Amino acid sequence: MIETLLDPFAYAFFVKGVIVATLAGGLCGLIGVYITLRGMSYIGHGLSHAIFGGFAASSIINLNYYLGAGIWGIASALAINRVTRTRRIGADAAIGVITTASFALGIALLTIFGNKGPSFDAALFGSIIGVSEADVWALVGITGFTAVVIFLNYRQLLVATFDPEVADVSGVPVARTDALLMLVLSLSILATLTVIGVTLVAATLVIPAVVARMLTNRFSRMLWLSTAIGATSGLVGMNLSYHLDVPSGTTIVLTGAVVFLVVLQVTGSKGLRRAAQLDSHPEPAPAAAFKRLPAPK
Amino acid sequence: MTIRDSAQLSLIRIVDATFAYNRRPVLKDINLTVDRHDFVGVVGPSGSGKTSLLRLLLGTARPQQGSVTREPGTDVAYVPQLETVNWNFPVTVEECVLMSRTGRRLPWPSRAERTDVADVLARLGIGDLGRRHIRELSGGQQQRMFIARALLRRPQLLLLDEPTSGIDVGTRHDMLHLLGELNGQGLAIWLTTHDLNGVAAHLPQLVALHQTVIASGSPGAVICPDVLERTFGAPVEVLEHLGMPVVLDRYDEQGRAIA
Repeated sequence: MIETLLDPFAYAFFVKGVIVATLAGGLCGLIGVYITLRGMSYIGHGLSHAIFGGFAASSIINLNYYLGAGIWGIASALAINRVTRTRRIGADAAIGVITTASFALGIALLTIFGNKGPSFDAALFGSIIGVSEADVWALVGITGFTAVVIFLNYRQLLVATFDPEVADVSGVPVARTDALLMLVLSLSILATLTVIGVTLVAATLVIPAVVARMLTNRFSRMLWLSTAIGATSGLVGMNLSYHLDVPSGTTIVLTGAVVFLVVLQVTGSKGLRRAAQLDSHPEPAPAAAFKRLPAPK
Repeated sequence: MTIRDSAQLSLIRIVDATFAYNRRPVLKDINLTVDRHDFVGVVGPSGSGKTSLLRLLLGTARPQQGSVTREPGTDVAYVPQLETVNWNFPVTVEECVLMSRTGRRLPWPSRAERTDVADVLARLGIGDLGRRHIRELSGGQQQRMFIARALLRRPQLLLLDEPTSGIDVGTRHDMLHLLGELNGQGLAIWLTTHDLNGVAAHLPQLVALHQTVIASGSPGAVICPDVLERTFGAPVEVLEHLGMPVVLDRYDEQGRAIA
């Protein structure tokens, strides 16, 4: 049994795949906390689709994937941020227009000019094969950069996520902090796309954060729990991918989903209550204290 | 709050300020001065510009015309409406209060910060609730937590947006008592409120606002039928009870409110 589990570690491509999947899961888990608490889960989904446009364009003109798709993704993220800030159209509409148009453009380019880079299926659902050493180092670099950004901006990111108005009053550069978060989100999606896939990246951002929220009421604890759950899902999911011969993105997401179900069983309604309305601003419980008096007769 | 020459006393001066949001004028020709020992309530209907006035004082909005001048070194802290807070956000009371200290780069609090947080929570009577999640507090405790967060900045001016909205009568009394104490210790306080009888009548100074300042001064000068009708756009009756003004809707003989 153990031999069967350890067998694939004899292959260099699998070791690279496991390292990338574990790092990618942890990275998405870390960023996912901010994304879910800000109600930006849809942005993760949209950005991965937007980056697919850059992936297609850079593949056609033989440009480095990280450079082409990276510029494309960051430009999309900043465009979404800018359109949303104008408040003329809602964030969901802005994401819908910008990212799906970019995704459609990517498909059109690949259909017309053909694909010269990683396979179409691999881009959509993730693949264990074809993870190069450069991919590993790129992900290590982006994970390190993201961890440093979050460590050094922990307080500012927390208050800007919880209460942007008070953050503004407290001297936090909210627009710069938001842009920084979009930058690390774009880079994280870019670095994890080849392993997890365009269609499944959003789940790796959301599931670990939701599970972590079900387990704790403390923000700092939620951050490391979500990172650990994401990394574990990546590690286990990548092994399952090899043994079941199923795309890695699929098994990573399904592993996360199983963890969610287990935690749901353990925490019950308490966990669900914590995870419900993660980004909402509901009325507090005492709001019902006032009742309007009837008019005098 | 008075418009007088008291340069040493004033913290913020708003002169001839006009503010529009999405090209819709919200405030016009505002002239107000925030003094060091103010305890002022801003009253007015929804959409009268109360929150925009707070934003001008906070410095998060700038007037299109006129000026808002802040005395150098003046720190202003803000307590949001309870209704606008995401109570499901995963923070404990201590984490929430510590949010007003954003200067330190390290995520964890220093020993001095821990002491400051414990002290301010104890000062506000919620010293034993630091490790609770913010949703587990009562309405009054939630309000005290946000005041604690504001006080941790050691501000000269505290702004509160509808601090008594959504809390019961007993808690409202406690809140006004607490704010009165803080004002007595030298903190200037401006708050917005809809509640004329429960809050405004108990404050030493009021500003009636409806896009512009309709009237300002003592409760006796502001809580009167003429000013309130111009402010709220509906006729009211003002009675006196134990020396305090009491506002009533005006009804016709069939018991219908007169609009």
